[in-house]
Amino acid sequence: MMDMTPLQISERGFAIGQPILELNEISLRFGGVKALTSISFDVRQHEVRAIIGPNGAGKSSMLNVINGIYRPQEGSINYQGKPLANMTPTRAARMGISRTFQNIALFKGMSVLDNLMAGRYLRTHAGFLEVALQLPRARREENENREAVEEIIEFLEIEHIRKTPVARLPYGLQKRVELGRALAAEPKILLLDEPMAGMNIEEKQDMCRFILDVNDHYGTTVVLIEHDMGVVMDISDRVVVLDYGKKIGDGTPNEVRSNQDVIDAYLGVAH
Amino acid sequence: MTMLDFQFFIEVLVGGLLSGLMYSLVALGFVLIYKASGVFNFAQGAMVFFAVLSFVGFMELGLPFWGALPVTVVLMVIVGMATERFVLRPLVNQNENTLLMATIGLAFVIEGVAQMVWGVDVRRLDLGIKDEPISWLADKTGVFVSQLDITAGVVAGVMVAALGLLFSRTKVGRGLRAVADDPAAALSIGIPLKHIWMLVWAAAGVVALVAGMLWGARSGVQFALVLLALKALPVLIIGGFTSVPGVIVAGLIVGGSEKLAEVYIGPSFGGGIEGWFPYMLAVLFLLIRPEGLFGEKIIRRV
Repeated sequence: MMDMTPLQISERGFAIGQPILELNEISLRFGGVKALTSISFDVRQHEVRAIIGPNGAGKSSMLNVINGIYRPQEGSINYQGKPLANMTPTRAARMGISRTFQNIALFKGMSVLDNLMAGRYLRTHAGFLEVALQLPRARREENENREAVEEIIEFLEIEHIRKTPVARLPYGLQKRVELGRALAAEPKILLLDEPMAGMNIEEKQDMCRFILDVNDHYGTTVVLIEHDMGVVMDISDRVVVLDYGKKIGDGTPNEVRSNQDVIDAYLGVAH
Repeated sequence: MTMLDFQFFIEVLVGGLLSGLMYSLVALGFVLIYKASGVFNFAQGAMVFFAVLSFVGFMELGLPFWGALPVTVVLMVIVGMATERFVLRPLVNQNENTLLMATIGLAFVIEGVAQMVWGVDVRRLDLGIKDEPISWLADKTGVFVSQLDITAGVVAGVMVAALGLLFSRTKVGRGLRAVADDPAAALSIGIPLKHIWMLVWAAAGVVALVAGMLWGARSGVQFALVLLALKALPVLIIGGFTSVPGVIVAGLIVGGSEKLAEVYIGPSFGGGIEGWFPYMLAVLFLLIRPEGLFGEKIIRRV
């Protein structure tokens, strides 16, 4: 297990609040294959919520349901107290849900700066003529966007690669840039799909620090999927455990750790 | 070089540069689509032909110039959007070759429909601008430059500049680049993919109309206009498939150099080198700088 300072809830900038996202009895099938079976859990404001489970447990499917990529056949989702229907990724983004991908999805030909600026897409409103004529709103927006992006660049300590095309960056930094792009939209909820997959110890520690800092500093609610149980236990407030598309555990890291079903799922048990 | 020679040189060069801007305009239609969806739209030439043929057709039906123009603009927007909706969208996630083949097929369909509806006759398009030298310029400097060429060059230049601005500075332009680069990521930051694609195809339709009107006014509204697509190819290779400024510069290079080559070194080859000179230039570029002058460098991590 990694050596990290344990999380002090009392020191955090934002107190954990009411549920911002509630999932009720979500079931998702692909043809005859059941990816998720009747899963319910909630995510509270300002918390770091992890979804863990062995390979093929349905973690990514769950995240994609929240993000609107998949539509569950059964169940409902409440977001900020209102039921969500007909979700699409674009609508999710409009409602303040940002995400990163397991296999980094950055705009590879663009610089780090341009990637983050692209993240400001929904925060930009000026039309063609306003930009062409450099009317006040266009200029103001451009400045605001630039400022917001520079703040994130500083926050994530990527000033030195600001102008580098992202395809040239090492994997760990690309992951960080992707986090930056998601943050640029100033999301209410940040969905992180295996933010630490494929990283070395040092990169993992950096990423953990950034996730906690984001949560602390901006009060962003974080929902993350992770494979590496050790890391998750260190940074999460509450953990949902999935196995074969079913929920087998839900609670604080300590509760989950001592849950017999979870132990069986992870360590294997003779059936 | 005598004064007369110099004037002649300038004439050839200016004529070439102006026609170069018109190549840029045709190439721009390709860049639009390529930037947004990574598709080389082989049907762009057919769209140019269809657009101007329809415009002339509406005028023959009795519409005045300013009546036919908006009607054709609307028609091209519809054609563009329909192409996206019914040809390209069902093929989303297919590989590039499939998409290219689809646009080749589409080119034949558009050419066929155009001639079925409007007939096969070569028509004249009179924009009310004379293809005569500007007299004050000729009087003052002795350089003969056609009014039509100047007008076409200016219109093409403005169009290219406006679209360049659209791409590089506006929300839609940034969205477009993002969509081309990684559609899933673009969706996740709230870019409405389908709207952007439709918009781009509609814009490509309008660009095709403007290009068609300029070329039609100069060399007649005829089937040969579809070959403009082939003329745009060296411009795209030299400028880079994704770059608007690249298209302008490359258009000027192609236009200027092919005319100069024709006049000055053409005779030693027996003439007619205008036809192949741009392609030779393009091959040279492919050898030396395959991404083009302004294209995005292809970076591969190994």
